[in-house]
Amino acid sequence: MRVCIIGCGAIGSLFAAPLARLDDVEVWAYDPYQAHVDAINANGLKIIGKSDIVGEVHARSDASEIPPCDFGIIAAKTMHTQAAIEATAHIFEDGAVCSVQNGVGAEEIIAEYVPRVIMGTTFPAGHITEPGVCHQDTGGSTWIGPFADKPASMEEVERLADACQRAGLDVKAMEDARGALWTKLIFNSASNAMGALARLPHGIACDQPGVRAVMSGLAQEGIAVADALGVTLDSDPEELIDYGREVAYNHKPSMLQDVEAQRATEIDALNAGIAKIGRELGVPCPLNEAMAGIIKGLEHSWTLEN
Amino acid sequence: MQEIKKVCVVGAGAIGSLFVGHLGTVAEVKVLTRRESHARDLNESGLHVSGKSRIATRVTASTDPGELGDVDLIILATKAAAVEASSRRLQGNFPNAALLLVQNGLGCEQVAHEFGDWPLISGVTFMSGTRHSDVHVEYELDTPTWIGPWAQHGPGFPFVKQVAELINASGLKAEAYEDLLPHQWSKLIFNSAVNAISAMTDLPHIKSFAKQDELTDLGHLVHAMMDEGKAIAAARGVELADDPWEMNVQAVSHGQSGDDEYGHVTSMLDDVRNQRLTEVDWITGSIVREAQEAGVRAPYHETLYRLVKAYETSWSRKSAAPA
Repeated sequence: MRVCIIGCGAIGSLFAAPLARLDDVEVWAYDPYQAHVDAINANGLKIIGKSDIVGEVHARSDASEIPPCDFGIIAAKTMHTQAAIEATAHIFEDGAVCSVQNGVGAEEIIAEYVPRVIMGTTFPAGHITEPGVCHQDTGGSTWIGPFADKPASMEEVERLADACQRAGLDVKAMEDARGALWTKLIFNSASNAMGALARLPHGIACDQPGVRAVMSGLAQEGIAVADALGVTLDSDPEELIDYGREVAYNHKPSMLQDVEAQRATEIDALNAGIAKIGRELGVPCPLNEAMAGIIKGLEHSWTLEN
Repeated sequence: MQEIKKVCVVGAGAIGSLFVGHLGTVAEVKVLTRRESHARDLNESGLHVSGKSRIATRVTASTDPGELGDVDLIILATKAAAVEASSRRLQGNFPNAALLLVQNGLGCEQVAHEFGDWPLISGVTFMSGTRHSDVHVEYELDTPTWIGPWAQHGPGFPFVKQVAELINASGLKAEAYEDLLPHQWSKLIFNSAVNAISAMTDLPHIKSFAKQDELTDLGHLVHAMMDEGKAIAAARGVELADDPWEMNVQAVSHGQSGDDEYGHVTSMLDDVRNQRLTEVDWITGSIVREAQEAGVRAPYHETLYRLVKAYETSWSRKSAAPA
């Protein structure tokens, strides 16, 4: 079985390195960051922190050098989905591509380029410490399932989940993975934008007067949209916010990291994604629209002088 | 009715300094400062105004209100957060004066009223300037200051008109209204949205604030927040003098603002950029409190208010962290 990781940042690396240690899986990786690609090819892809492994991964910054694969796992940041899948689509002429990206909207884009799509939601987090090295910050489960618009077969989904499990990854195959996706989406959109705008880690943001109540308002809008879509949530996003406060008090959500680095955020796949679907379904999402407007305004400010 | 011959300005920031410099040409002006060095420099050099006016005025300044003699009018021009401390310093002084307040937002009159029996005049100012030093201010936007008697305890309207005449004679602009609330609220609703959103987006007041094409364009949020403010004003029985959204559209289509290259940096954005506490408690926060009083929901104001407050704690945490 041949797998290609599309976007080998922290999340991509957390899949690539364990899978590469299996005898029956050959792992390729597409990433535009040349120094990272060179380091992986020279020394293998290292995971440190919560685990300590090295995987032999064939990394390329030129996708034309990658052979046809059975599976793709796309872990690019959501705003790079289009460019990443456009560059790699030829690899999956007879393959299935699984998104483990944040939020909503990526699967629809992927479906324009490849024959079969798997939707996914993943909880582990990490960060690249130097080219070729990823520090795993947290563990957690991943849920994958056929994407309804252009589905991979359930047998295919199970084959990918099985390989991941044998590699030590907690990946669950589901007939309908939307519940997991929306649970995480609502959790992220309720907490990340507030923390990013207040420049506060998750737990500290939760503890500011009135902030937790606004997060609730955001979560309730997302829950109403999921409900209108007919999605049954895995768990209560509100409980996830409180659980996150317990276990990740000082964790800086990726959107906060992006804002601090003045990088484009994933707001389109999160709050703006919920607001857009809410608009289509006639479910009002004023607070999610507000978060999207403010974050987009902030991104705009980085393009101005002064 | 007493003639206004002597005026004491409290707080000589940009707005206070503009009053000092201009009024010095038509009245005897005293300045109550917080710092000794500030008073000394003003006594030695007077105050110099550049920009839209060119004036050099002599003034009497002190950190002790008891040294300034009696006056007919006090102008309290500090930031809203300093009104309580300034009023406390004034307590027991200037028994024959009326007091004009020109802070942003609502609620400062109530605070000042606790410290003295001065008849109060509410003010809303749109003028702006840049304070280059303790003795030099540049007059920039020559837009008017609106004043009116505070309903609970104000002077007669003729006196308020006299204050407006004095301000106009000095080269600044003022308009007197018997009922200022419709004007105060229009500016409050405008400020609440524009200031808080500019503080959170790091954007000056530029054209984006009126853009409503895409779902996530900022104009939608500005508009929705102003509509919420208007509903709260209506619930409080206030009829607005001007439509805040129209004020916003106008402001960003003028040359002095609205341009991506040169937009007006709102006071709250300036505070945030310099990691100073903002006036959000008096601006957006006052609308949140008015909504509570009226029993109306205010999710947009609540959200922006909480965000600015939480943002303020992020830099106090940083400065409190061990080196």
